[in-house]
Amino acid sequence: MNNKRPKHLALYQIKLPISGYVSILHRISGLILFVALPVLLLMLQYSLLSIETYTQLANLLAYPYVKIILLVLLWAFLHHLFAGLRHLAIDFHYVRNLVQARNSSKVVLLTSIALTVLLGAKLW
Amino acid sequence: MVNRVVVGAHYGLRDWLIQRVSAIVMAAYVFILAVYLMMQPHLDYDVWTGLFSSLAVRTFTLLFLLSLFYHAWIGVRGIVMDYVKPAGARLAIHVLTVLGLLLYTIWSVQILWGM
Repeated sequence: MNNKRPKHLALYQIKLPISGYVSILHRISGLILFVALPVLLLMLQYSLLSIETYTQLANLLAYPYVKIILLVLLWAFLHHLFAGLRHLAIDFHYVRNLVQARNSSKVVLLTSIALTVLLGAKLW
Repeated sequence: MVNRVVVGAHYGLRDWLIQRVSAIVMAAYVFILAVYLMMQPHLDYDVWTGLFSSLAVRTFTLLFLLSLFYHAWIGVRGIVMDYVKPAGARLAIHVLTVLGLLLYTIWSVQILWGM
């Protein structure tokens, strides 16, 4: 705990295994969603409050830049969801070895991107 | 010797469990809501508010949001403990996060029951 020896952490030289990418993206996507929370709550409020605020919100969400932000949030949500489900699968011992760990990581990365594209295309 | 830090972890299973229980609540809510919305041929303001006029939907939505806020607290605390080392800064971020999430809780009730 009180180790004062110098450390050499060359972040650009460190190569993560694929499950490492799922893990750090789980953290980043969670942080993105946390930061976006007030905006998402405001959107829920505007969608429910009255037909005027609902229309206002719908008009705002029609802007391309706003849609791009929504897509990022959608990806963050989907990645966080699937990485979380993978975690639960690990907790229940459904993922037992390195091959399964790597394969499930690929599934998480690809499904969240594929669903973002699919739902994004529908949203657009 | 166990070196306990004032703003450290809770050294227990409780938060680990709550993080997973809240995750399952949220996943179930999102799945049910997504299926319901996809089944609607026509999604407009009336359908949307009609859904939230049901007490069961409001209750489940509030349960979802409370799960979300607690889940977010556990996650943010973990991130702060990993990357923010000075105790003062860590404490300040923790306090702001807790206050923010408590305010979101009040706001959520106002949104769901104040429409």
